[in-house]
Amino acid sequence: MNLSALTIHELNNLLKSRETSAVEITKAVFDRISSQEEKIGAYITLNREQALIDAEKADERLSGPDSGSLCGIPLSIKDVLCTRGLRTTAGSKILEPFIPPYDATVIEKLRNSGAVIVGKVSMDEFAMGSANENCAYGIPKNPWNTEYICGGSSGGSAASVAADECIASLGSDTGGSIRQPASHCGVVGLKPTYGRVSRFGLIAFASSLDQVGPLTKDVTDCAILLNAICGYDPKDSTSVKEGVPDYCSSLTDGLKGMTVGIPREYFGEGLDPEVERSILASIEKLKEAGAQICEVSLPHTEYGVAAYYIIAPAEASSNLARFDGVRYGKRDMEAESLIDMYKESRSSGFGDEVKRRIIIGTYALSSGYYDAYYKKASQVRTLIMEDYKKAFSQCDVLVSPVTPTPAWKIGEKTNDPLSVYLSDALTIPANLAGIPAMSVPCSISKAGLPIGFQIQARHFNEEALLKVGYNLEQRLDLVGKKPSI
Amino acid sequence: MNITEKEVIAVANLARLSLNPDEVSSVTEQLDRILGYVAKLNEINTDGVKATSHVQAITNVFREDELKDSLPRDDALANAPRQNEEAFIVPRII
Repeated sequence: MNLSALTIHELNNLLKSRETSAVEITKAVFDRISSQEEKIGAYITLNREQALIDAEKADERLSGPDSGSLCGIPLSIKDVLCTRGLRTTAGSKILEPFIPPYDATVIEKLRNSGAVIVGKVSMDEFAMGSANENCAYGIPKNPWNTEYICGGSSGGSAASVAADECIASLGSDTGGSIRQPASHCGVVGLKPTYGRVSRFGLIAFASSLDQVGPLTKDVTDCAILLNAICGYDPKDSTSVKEGVPDYCSSLTDGLKGMTVGIPREYFGEGLDPEVERSILASIEKLKEAGAQICEVSLPHTEYGVAAYYIIAPAEASSNLARFDGVRYGKRDMEAESLIDMYKESRSSGFGDEVKRRIIIGTYALSSGYYDAYYKKASQVRTLIMEDYKKAFSQCDVLVSPVTPTPAWKIGEKTNDPLSVYLSDALTIPANLAGIPAMSVPCSISKAGLPIGFQIQARHFNEEALLKVGYNLEQRLDLVGKKPSI
Repeated sequence: MNITEKEVIAVANLARLSLNPDEVSSVTEQLDRILGYVAKLNEINTDGVKATSHVQAITNVFREDELKDSLPRDDALANAPRQNEEAFIVPRII
């Protein structure tokens, strides 16, 4: 049996019946990494020694009662989450030597649950990208076809899950960075409601949009991992004191009484016909499960990308000011004045896309342009939120494609940042409104690339996402379908 | 043109970035296209629409002012490129 290919819930059964151990599973995952990593390149930093120590501790705990669902489960972590004592680069050269002195709250929660951290996985630098091609440590490959991008910015998370180089992963999503790579790599990815999960220790990109979430092999694992990371955190004043349900209780068969909305603007120009057919076929499956289907309208959808590419860079330009070579990260040691030290450290430490976004953001916030750009974008954000409010008065969830096309070839769009930005058109609105959204694999294209199905729900209704995702998964013959790397 | 090379250099300076001449011209060209695209926001009449900077209705978050342990100084200094076990060392500013 190939332990690294199993899900969290399958491994839970084997651990409970003593058919395997956390150490065995962890070793199986590292064996898999040794055999696949040269082709995939999902990891930036491996945590082999400590992972085996943690697995031994998990085995001790597993021999007692109430060890929980994540005890002894090897996970990969997007390199944007601070892990105490384990290098955290955010995919950037500027943080190459950075060893965090504390854990992100979600990491602390995972450690307390007995999960084993295998290593830190690739991402677009500071989570800025949709293809994972902007990483200072190499470009991870799509396990379904290694000539293709695995999506971004949580590309390493999606690739490591799809290639069985871990059991599940944590990523972050600012404009689609969990759902989009999940879609391209054929795994499940969920962006929780803004405020549902603590951002403490998440290296900030755009603070009003960022959210941490799971990437997993199936919907059940997604619910398990979500259970572990949600909840109010006094260290993050934007996390919300809202009760957290047991998400596994949403995984029930049948969608009777649920209304599924199809936003017509998500099926417009530029949508690949094969993607469209897969989504429509999946909607039929939801109908078979008992859901009511209705058409709805989100009229401001087409302005999402424009608003996002003002708001996110504006916030980033402020957040990334902290990388100045003073307290952590790389410093240009030659510079004689303070200003030169800032400039040289930042200019040699940041990659092109990060510089581009810092400059856009600084420009949009500069005096004379603030009203025309930032204020305008923030007003459009309100209109997008109002669209959702109206739509959710007619339905429980919205379903659509995640991306207009399957993955593209590595290098194909490198010189055209705007066309890459536009690939996020269907995922960005959920971040602007702060609502939860999910990608569930729904088909494999003729070229052999996965296609994801997006589900969106109102604030704090992750349960509806999981229920619809679970029902779709049960009615498709995709679970366990693996790429042949 | 939505943005000129001169503006790009000025904004980069505000952001404490230095760009070489090639970077200035490619960044200007790319930003010009991006700002051209973003201008589509002007198609929408937003008169009287409230701006959203944050999606949750959270305003001032208070907590009790209790004494708690914070990050030990050695830990806080451990990642610094230059430090003297008490403080971060930077180039002379006066």
